[in-house]
Amino acid sequence: MNKILEAKNINKFFHDPITIQVLENVNFSINKGEFVSLTGKSGCGKSTLLYVLSTMDTDYEGKLFIDGIEMPKKNEPFLAKIRNEKIGFVFQFHYLLNEFNVLRNVMLPGLKLNKYSEAEVEHRAMEKLKILGIEHLALKQANHVSGGEKQRVAIARALINDPHIIMGDEPTGNLDKKNSDLVFDIFKRLADEFNQTLLIVTHDPSFAERTHRIIQMEDGKIIS
Amino acid sequence: MRKRLLLNIANSLLLARWRQTLVAAVGVTFSITMFITLLSFMSGLNDLLDGLILNRTAHVRIYNDIKPNADQPINKNSNYTQGHNFIASVKSDANRQAIYNSDAIMKSILKDPRVLGLSPKLTAQVFFNDGSIDITGSVFGINPTEETRLYHFDEYVTTGNSADLTKVNNSIILGKGLADKLLVQIGDAVQITTSKGDLFQLKVVGTFQSGIKDFDNVQSYASIGTVQKILSVPNDYITSIQVKLKDITQAPAVAKEYEQLYQTDAEDIQTANSQFETGSSIRTLISYSVGITLLIVAGFGIYNILNMMIFEKMDSIAILKATGFSGSDVKNIFIYIAVTIGIFGGLMGLLFGFGLSAIIDQIPFNTASLPTIKTYPIVYNPRFYIIGIIFSFITTYFAGWFPARKASKIDPVVIIRGK
Repeated sequence: MNKILEAKNINKFFHDPITIQVLENVNFSINKGEFVSLTGKSGCGKSTLLYVLSTMDTDYEGKLFIDGIEMPKKNEPFLAKIRNEKIGFVFQFHYLLNEFNVLRNVMLPGLKLNKYSEAEVEHRAMEKLKILGIEHLALKQANHVSGGEKQRVAIARALINDPHIIMGDEPTGNLDKKNSDLVFDIFKRLADEFNQTLLIVTHDPSFAERTHRIIQMEDGKIIS
Repeated sequence: MRKRLLLNIANSLLLARWRQTLVAAVGVTFSITMFITLLSFMSGLNDLLDGLILNRTAHVRIYNDIKPNADQPINKNSNYTQGHNFIASVKSDANRQAIYNSDAIMKSILKDPRVLGLSPKLTAQVFFNDGSIDITGSVFGINPTEETRLYHFDEYVTTGNSADLTKVNNSIILGKGLADKLLVQIGDAVQITTSKGDLFQLKVVGTFQSGIKDFDNVQSYASIGTVQKILSVPNDYITSIQVKLKDITQAPAVAKEYEQLYQTDAEDIQTANSQFETGSSIRTLISYSVGITLLIVAGFGIYNILNMMIFEKMDSIAILKATGFSGSDVKNIFIYIAVTIGIFGGLMGLLFGFGLSAIIDQIPFNTASLPTIKTYPIVYNPRFYIIGIIFSFITTYFAGWFPARKASKIDPVVIIRGK
């Protein structure tokens, strides 16, 4: 199997106000096309682990491989490029840029990647919006669409560069039941139809149950 | 493409907060406007004041000073060469004031490539007689054409024509104050008595206002020939040669050289009028420092507004970084914002500065001592505009640099987790 993401012996400490170990010998890997959920109680370190895996947090010990490449800890522009190209993010809060319309928000990471022309990026962004059923919102300002729609725009944005993996931090945490189900169905479809790899942090057991694989954490360790 | 994207983002951030942007830009505009106006006005004033004295003064003046002879006879006696000779009651030389061999000296000076031109001059002390009243005064013998070309003589001849001095025999141009005292007008005659007691009738062909009232009360001008006649001296008798150089800064060196070469005294303009040079440079210094202070204040305004903007846009910055924009991209975005404000505000400032100077240029400014000045003096110097735009660029760049660096260091994890 093709390993998209692999963590080897990851340890992380918080030093302020006293030194606490928040991640202890984390070892696991995710294969292409897997829909994985990362669950555990509040404070068990699941979000911390996700930020280490996302390359945004480089203050850890151990090794992280994305697509077989070891992530350096100091090269900020290189990590930014990896995030741009290989990882899509969906957060609990949507984090759309209110200065831009929906389409432009989706396009930004694609324009940053600079692999396709602007017209092509626009075309691809429209396709992603169509997959998520929100193409009619394309020209609305980001702050004029509803909460559930915003989260779907954020998913479209995560998809724009055809990332190797989509990482989500409680992507349904802020949504009602109906919208949560909608977002879950989208993730499920992405995994089943498009063979998209996903790693989603959640504390919602009903969400986790329906994924391919559950990684359970407790006190900074993976227990199952 | 990459640059264009960053510019596009910067632009959107700018327009999303266009009121703030405008306030920041107005700050820059105001400071550049004042900078340009202040410098244009100050330079105008400087030129005016310099013109009052410097333009009318020779760069190098050649004359014979009244002073004791440096070669006293005792020093030439071989018996007294050892030790130091003290001589009591040394008197100034009875040397004549005329310059020896003046024709040859003038011809030789005119061949000097550093020299723009020269004008010979001589002075006669006379009494102007008006009934029973005698007014002490002096008559300068000049060459009106050269005097006008080199020292702007025409500019302060307020009535009459300076060229008439050579056209009309025995003619004179009186100082305004002197003419008022003598109650004469153009076409009238004045009577003068020389120091030797000779009487002369001179015809008034004009009056002048030099801007310095004390001068106007005692001075008058006539042609060289007329003054030579008054003094009853031969026609090569002149007491000073006023040399104007192409480059004023060479004056001290040239003066020293001529002193050696022609065995006379020579004084340069820097020595004669050092106070004006100092005054001008200090005024210029003050206007530059005020202008630059204004700019720095505007820079702080931009700094504040950008800082606030970064605080407001933390989330946006975090998501930009999470989705693959690097720290330097974020930094560039904020520097673009600052520099755009700076350049836009600066260009408007240049425009308004030009406008304000043009308005000041139209305000009437009449003063009795400066007959040629009708409005406030303004200098339109492209250098001020270039300095203005460069400074607005530099200050806003640095005002943007610090907040931008802060933005580039924002850790996306902290913000995203903090929600």
